[in-house]
Amino acid sequence: MSVPSNGMAPTQTSSAAMIRVLGLVAMISGLLIVTAYEATKGTIADYNRQQLELAVRQVIPGAATIRTYAVAGDTVHLAEPGDTNRFYAGYDAKGKLIGLAGKAAAPGYADLIILLYGYNPKCQCINGVSVLQDHDTPGFGTKVATDSAFLANFTALDARLRPDESAVANPIVTVKHGTKRHPWQIDAISGATISSTAVGTALRRGTGSLLPALMRHLAQIEAQR
Amino acid sequence: MKTTDTTIDFGTFWEGVWKENPVFVMMLGMCPTLAVTSSATNALVMGVSTAFVLVCSGALVSMLRYLIPKEVRIATYIVIIATFVTIVSYVLQAYAPEIYKVLGVFVDLIVVNCIILGRAEAYASKNSVLRSVVNAAGMGAGFTFALLCLGAVREILGSGTLFGVHLFSAHFQPWLVMVLPPGGFFVLGGWLLLFNWLKQRVASAGTLQEETARAQ
Repeated sequence: MSVPSNGMAPTQTSSAAMIRVLGLVAMISGLLIVTAYEATKGTIADYNRQQLELAVRQVIPGAATIRTYAVAGDTVHLAEPGDTNRFYAGYDAKGKLIGLAGKAAAPGYADLIILLYGYNPKCQCINGVSVLQDHDTPGFGTKVATDSAFLANFTALDARLRPDESAVANPIVTVKHGTKRHPWQIDAISGATISSTAVGTALRRGTGSLLPALMRHLAQIEAQR
Repeated sequence: MKTTDTTIDFGTFWEGVWKENPVFVMMLGMCPTLAVTSSATNALVMGVSTAFVLVCSGALVSMLRYLIPKEVRIATYIVIIATFVTIVSYVLQAYAPEIYKVLGVFVDLIVVNCIILGRAEAYASKNSVLRSVVNAAGMGAGFTFALLCLGAVREILGSGTLFGVHLFSAHFQPWLVMVLPPGGFFVLGGWLLLFNWLKQRVASAGTLQEETARAQ
């Protein structure tokens, strides 16, 4: 510690004074943040709800009615507020089940990539993907939501279950650009490998945990119970 | 840390825009300058967001300047800056969600923008609230101006649009490299060249006037 030119030792601030100031600043900060949060949370929630509905309709095209279900243990029930592990069922105007949709997430380059995938129980394949959150590098990582060649992977991505319906027969995997050989593989975007791999990981995890439970209760979902 | 100079004039504001422009003169805040200026809209929103954080954090730091012990000043400034960045983040999510999605992590990274911490440490902690606010507003305007300069050129050349409005006929071939990261460096280099040339011209004109006055 340097000694001032007047020869006197520099005055030390007591720990109590420092704690007092930090406490005061933290209190002011907390107050401001909570005020901003309360003022904007309704608008943000409305926007997120609209985006989710749009995404569900995008991955289950032609749905006249959307019902939200939740998986709890080995049961499936109509979702109630607070339920996690939700999925969505789309029905046509006659009430016939035309598709299902589930959320999936995996770490990308910057943050979690969250997406919604559409699942066709007839072909047992993923027939659409909509990216809900992607904070990866603009122009590169964000291509997973816009690159038409990449999105073409999800027109009929194989997600069949094993005969005993205990798990997905061939877990979905992202492969290097240009090396896709099987219908359950995703052809990565050149230059956005981390984000492409995150999409594959998200779908593998999402389908792995949701589809076995969902297919066991397909009759219940078809009957809209 | 008491202030001695209490005068506020246009120069207090203008030095952030021209003489001490954070991007073109001090070369600060280069990360968002290069990363989010692929369009004029992104540049404007990032500039205004940063200016809001600059002004608000400058005001609060100046208000608390006699209370904040020097040992914990940096931690305190960071808490104050992070508070206003969080507020900006909520406001953008609520009222400009599409732009928030595009700006992504760069909104949160305003916390570590050295222009803001630099102003808090070098100016707001030593000056009155009003002076700090005026100076921060000048810096914010200078930063927004610089980002807009880059964003406008990159969008016009890279997409053929300005604020999303098409400027050319359908035959225009966009210069794609301009919206990619290398384009940021090219355009920044061009603006620095122009800015320094203008500054030199202004300086030499001033010297010439002084010499003429002395000769008379």
